Parts: sequence; structure tokens; C-alpha cells
Amino acid sequence: MAEVHGEQSFWRKYIFSIDHKIIGIQYGITALFFLLFGFILMMIMRWQLAYPEQPVPIIGWLLGEEGILLPEVYNSLGAMHGTIMVFLGIVPLSVGAFGNYFVPLQIGAPDMTFPKLNMASYWFYFLGGIVMLASFFVPGGAANSGWTSYPPLAVIATMGQTMWLVGMVFLITSSLLGAVNFITTIIQLRVKGLTWMRLPFFVWSQLVTAFLLLLAFPPLEAAGVMQLMDRLAGTSFFLPSGLVVSGQVLEVTGGGSPLLWQHLFWFLAHPEVYVLILPAMGIVAEVLATNIRKPLWGYRAMVYSAVFLGFMSFIVWAHHMFLTGMGTTLSGFFQTTTMIISIPSVIILTAFLLSLWGGSIRFTTPMLFALGFIPMFGLGGLTGLPLGLAPADIHLHDTYYVIAHFHYMVAPGTIFALFAGVYHWFPKITGRRMNETLGKIHFWGSFVCMNGIFMPMFAQGMAGISRRLWDGGISYQFAQDAGVLWSNELISISAWVLFLFQIPFVYNLIRSIKGGEIVDDNPWEATTLEWAAPSPPPHGNFTEPLTVYRPAYEYSVPGAVKDFLPQHQPEEG
Amino acid sequence: METIPYTVTPREDTGLINAKLGIWLFLASEVMLFGGLFSAYIFLRLGAVSWPEGSSILNVPIGTFNTLVLIGSSVTMVLSWAALAEKRFDRFRLYLGLTMLLSLLFLVVKGFEYSEKFSHHLYPASSSFMAIYFTLTGLHALHIIGGLVVNGYLWGPGSKMWASDPERFTNRVEIAGLYWHFVDLVWIFLFPVLYLL
Ligand code: HEM
Ligand SMILES: [Cu+2]
Repeated sequence: MAEVHGEQSFWRKYIFSIDHKIIGIQYGITALFFLLFGFILMMIMRWQLAYPEQPVPIIGWLLGEEGILLPEVYNSLGAMHGTIMVFLGIVPLSVGAFGNYFVPLQIGAPDMTFPKLNMASYWFYFLGGIVMLASFFVPGGAANSGWTSYPPLAVIATMGQTMWLVGMVFLITSSLLGAVNFITTIIQLRVKGLTWMRLPFFVWSQLVTAFLLLLAFPPLEAAGVMQLMDRLAGTSFFLPSGLVVSGQVLEVTGGGSPLLWQHLFWFLAHPEVYVLILPAMGIVAEVLATNIRKPLWGYRAMVYSAVFLGFMSFIVWAHHMFLTGMGTTLSGFFQTTTMIISIPSVIILTAFLLSLWGGSIRFTTPMLFALGFIPMFGLGGLTGLPLGLAPADIHLHDTYYVIAHFHYMVAPGTIFALFAGVYHWFPKITGRRMNETLGKIHFWGSFVCMNGIFMPMFAQGMAGISRRLWDGGISYQFAQDAGVLWSNELISISAWVLFLFQIPFVYNLIRSIKGGEIVDDNPWEATTLEWAAPSPPPHGNFTEPLTVYRPAYEYSVPGAVKDFLPQHQPEEG
Repeated sequence: METIPYTVTPREDTGLINAKLGIWLFLASEVMLFGGLFSAYIFLRLGAVSWPEGSSILNVPIGTFNTLVLIGSSVTMVLSWAALAEKRFDRFRLYLGLTMLLSLLFLVVKGFEYSEKFSHHLYPASSSFMAIYFTLTGLHALHIIGGLVVNGYLWGPGSKMWASDPERFTNRVEIAGLYWHFVDLVWIFLFPVLYLL
């Protein structure tokens, strides 16, 4: 029994743990669950798009007597898909799970600076998740005004929207606690010799991310409070005077502005997209460096780019609002900043590509996912440029083109990076390696399906098909001649097949915990500090004090005995 | 198990203890929170057809009184910390107790102001001005309550730490003080913006 040796009780150890590694795992499991859940919501929606108004198989009985996905339910699923994927899936997995587990390890620290806040951060996240899930069961269903919750629609929407706002307040609190913790940890707890330019790129990416979360989320919280006031206290922050709903003038004070919400929302949500991508870049950098067996090309440039990205991401938000009738001066400003912000992304991408040059690449499963990330991220980035230019965006805004753009960033982009991270770090967490064959099936299947889903959406969007519509509305009539409607079926089938290709992953993940091949502490022969700890690392992480002697990626150093020099290893003797 | 360093002594290259850095970061995010609301205020006011003068609706003398109360509480907060630095625990208790009393006084006056507004049928829904007034001051009042809870803890059960780890306890009081000064500062912005402009 755990208690016998004066150890922590079961509850302290696994449930209300203050160990960053346990909290990381809690975050990881919860976030994976939400990713799956959000994906299922989307698979249901894709049925309606492929086979409109036909009964949904398997889960149709949940949707009412005829098993048809009704428009109002479709709207709920769409809004919650976006919310869950972004705020409950990807960020908690990349920051809460990977960040929590590996930032302290990579900087040689025994834990986070504030372990109790760390625990609180998880539980706020958990509560936020519960509120979001519970909102499906209130009258009118879950929030149905999009993940962007634009007023006036969101203000007059059903009760699910109130739940959404309350859930967001919990999630924002959680990320605030996390962000404070990450920044202080990285600044204060770097082990002796670990100077800024010796930090693994992953740590840098988490540092910039934490600053974005710290400073961009509060304005959304402010906006959320105002929307709550609008809904509950009858204020009109976001409601203009003389608003007509269903043919009747709404009885409100008026005088508010829906645009105010958009500004506050995108002031968060643009930095948020970098929150979605930066940790992914960090993971890819680690996996690449380990598997090309040479130092990353342009490490310094990458670091400066990440920091610059962080700053710039605060002044581009209105590129999501070109269609709101802003003047040319304003739109000129935001077009310019948007073009500028794409430069550091391109630098990082180029650094990844050039790093491959002349490497002796090990094509492991994590490496495949990291390699897959590069072109997918490239496509997503390139297709963002036309969106950043108002003349093109006026045509493309709110079409499936935008959906394709950002999903190339986050789905085959970030999610692939997260898979790479799972396969790469699994041996550290469990002392065992995941199965390579299953991993490769998972990669190739996912790679093909992801493109099957999102590639056709570019064409659909350019043909003018609006996003978010249950039946395509009038946009289907425009698109008739362009010959892009047939691909709805292709997209949906790709999505369902993508689901099938996640089965080997889940199986592999669960089976390998007990049945994977047992490996030593540094199975990939990597250089960064997490590999200096035992697998799994004990409470307190390292068995002996560490000192860092060298940069993060000293692979294939000429004259060295082995092809890698761990950061904590003194001069070759 | 290794313990976490720099909880009491500062790290050499940064010159900071962890909690000090933590509170500054937290306050930075608070600046963004109130900044978001302030910019909403500006946005709504610029777009409004007409905007009332604050002093025509709100009670300036009462607001001024409350401003002085909060400034006073900031002073006693500093004194309580200074008392700890001089190892005078009794004085610490006295000054922190005063800080809490003053913050309670602030809340009571605020509550009185609110109920006066309600009795004149002025609610958040009455106008954009009232909406932003109630939202900003309400959020600020929540921060005061938060500070009361923290200070109450340090005054009561938390003060046991003075016996076991006085240095760390002094740090805690300093950090609670930083938060308290921030809450005070927010009010010093709120007051002229809402009551005078
Ligand atoms: C590389 C430079 C990038 C540029 C120039 C760019 C540009 C844009 C623009 C202008 C829009 C607005 C389109 C519209 O609504 O009409 C947009 C939407 C979006 N972008 Fe990007 N983007 C870039 C990178 C990213 C990254 C890295 C991510 C996230 C991982 C991302 C995620 C999104 C999302 C989620 C939306 C849609 C939000 C919504 O309306 O629901 N973008 N992008
Ligand atoms: Cu953006």
C-alpha cells in the first residue's frame, strides 16, 4: 500500500497531484478525450453535408425520431466542434500536457515553480470541460452561434450560450494560472549552465505561447463578462438600437456595438492561432533534430522569429474583419502587418527544410509525422496570404477556403506535430516504445485522409460555398456550375476513414503502456535534458544534480566518439 | 525529492524570487483584463449619440471618499509589511487588520451607492453608461473581495508561518501588497473616468 512508507495517498498521487508529470498526463488524457469528442461531432455534421436530410446511421436515434440532423443541432455541433477542438483539445494537449511534462524536464527543474497552481489550472480546465459538455443537455442545446460567438446572434441565442460563456471563464482562468507558471518556471528554474541560447526550441515555443495566453486571453474574458451581462442583466454592450429579430424590434436599451465583440474576440483569437501552432513547431523541432542527427539549421533565427511572431500576433487581429466595412487606412494597416507576420513563419519553415539537407535521416514514426507537418504547414501558411489581402479576402471570407486554410495549419499541421510528440516522448513517460508498424499505418492513413478532407475545400471555397451552413443555402446554387459539390461526399468519406485510421493509434497507445518494447532512458540517442532523467522520471525528476555544458542539439559533432553529445555531458575526454 | 529553488532567496541572474515574478505576470494579465473593459468604454462612448456626464448621475463626494479610503488602505498595507521587516508581528496584525477594515468600509460604501442607484431605478440595463459603470465597478469590487480573502488568510491562519519561516511570510505579505496596490490603482483610474469625465 502506498501509505505504508509514508508516501502520498492515492488521491494525492494520482488525482489531486501536484507533480507536473502527473498533471501533464491528466491534461493529456482529458485533452485526447475531447479531441475524439470534437471529431465525432464533426463526423456527424459531415453526414448531413454528404447525404442531406437522410437519417444518420449508428447515432441517429440520439437526434430524434427520424434520425435526421436538424439545422439547430447542426449549428450546435459546429460551434462546439470549434470550441472543443481549440480550447479543450489542442491547447490543453500541446501546452497543458506536453508543456507541463517536458518544460521542467528540458530545463532540468524538479517541478514547476507553483505546483499547487498547476493543479488548480488542471481542475479549472476540467470544470470548464464539464460545463461545456453539460451544455448539450440544457433547453435549446449547446451554444449554436459559432466558436466565435458573434453578437447579436449569440446574445439572443438559447441558454447553451450562457453555459459557453461560463465554461470559457473557467478555461481562461485555467490558462492564466498555467501561463504564469510556465513563464516563471522557464525564467527561474533553468539549471546551471542552461543559458537562453542553449534552451531547446520547444521551451522557447512554450515561453512565447505562455506570454500570448497571459496577455491575449484577458480581453476575451472582459468581452465574455460583457456578453454575460447582455444576456443576464439586460445590458446592450453588443446590441445596436433598433435591432429587428423575426420581424420585431428587440426591446433593449441599444446603443451597443456588435463590432466591439469582434475586436475583443479577435484580439484574443489571432494570438490564439499562434498558441495553436507555436508548441507544434516546438515539438517538430525536437523530433527533427533527433532524427536528422545534426544541429538544427538557424536555431537563433528560429528563436528570434518565434519571439517576433509573438509580438506581431497582437497587431494583426482585424484581418478577420475585412468585411465589416472598415476604411482603407485601417485595412491597409492590418494587411501590412499580416504580410509582415508571415515572414517569421516562413523563416521557421525554411529552417526546418534546410535542416533536412545533408542529414542522415531516421524515418521513425515520430519523424514521419514531423516530416508530414512541414508541407502541410506550408500549404496552410501560403493559403493564408490571399486571406490577408482584403481584395482576395472579400471573395474568400466565410467560405470553405478559410476552413481549409486553418485546418491545414491545425489538423495535418498541429495535430500531426502532437502525434509526433506522443510517439517521440512515450518512451520517456512509460519506459516503453510504441509499435512502429502500427505507427506507420497510422501516419500514412491519416496523411492521405487529411488531404482528402481539406484539399477539396479550397476548391469549394473558391467556388463560393459558405461555411457553417446546414444545407449550403444559396451558395450551393452558385457552386452548381463550378462542379465542386460532388466532393462533399469525398470529404465526408475521408473524414470517416480518418477515424478508422485512429484506431491503430489508440490501440497502440493503450497496449504499449504495458506491452511495448522496453527501452533504456535515451532510446532515440537524443541530447536534451529530459533524456538524462530515468524513464519514467521519479518525483523530483533527476537523480543527480545537472549542469549544462553545451547548446541543445549537438549531433554529429566532428571528432566526437558518438554522434550525439548530451547537453549535460562535460567535454569529451 | 529535490525542493523547488528560489522560493525565499532570489535567483542571482534574475534577482527575483519566484512568487515576485509570478505576481508581476499576473498583474500584467489583470492590466489586459481591465484594459479590455476600458477600451470597450472608449469604443462605446465614441460611438454613442449622447453620453451623460458622470457627475450628473454618480455621487462625486462619495466617490472621492471611497478613493481616499482605498489610498489609506494601501498605506496601511505598506505599513504592515514594514512592520514585519522590523520583526514587529503585533504591529503587522494591527496594520493588516486596518487594511481589511478599510476595504470593508469601501465595499459598504459601494453597496450603499449601488442601492441608491437601484432605488432610482438605475440598473445595468438602463443605459450604456450604467452598463459599463456596473460592470467595471462590479469587477473591481470582486477584486477587492479577493484581496480581503487573501489578507484575511495572512492575518489569521496563514500567519502561523511567521513562526516557522518568517522570511517567506514577509515575502507573502509583500506580494499580497503588490496585488492590493494594483486594485487600488485600478480604482484611481476608474474614479475619474466614470465619475468626472
Ligand atoms: C502564416 C501566416 C498566416 C496568415 C497570413 C493568415 C491569415 C489569415 C486570415 C487573413 C484569416 C481570416 C480569413 C477570413 O475570415 O476571411 C485567417 C483565418 C484563420 N486562420 Fe490564419 N493566417 C496565418 C497563419 C495561421 C496559423 C498559424 C493558424 C493556426 C494554427 C491560423 C488559423 C486561422 C484560423 C483558425 C482562422 C479562422 C478563424 C475563423 O474565422 O473561424 N492561421 N488566417
Ligand atoms: Cu488571424
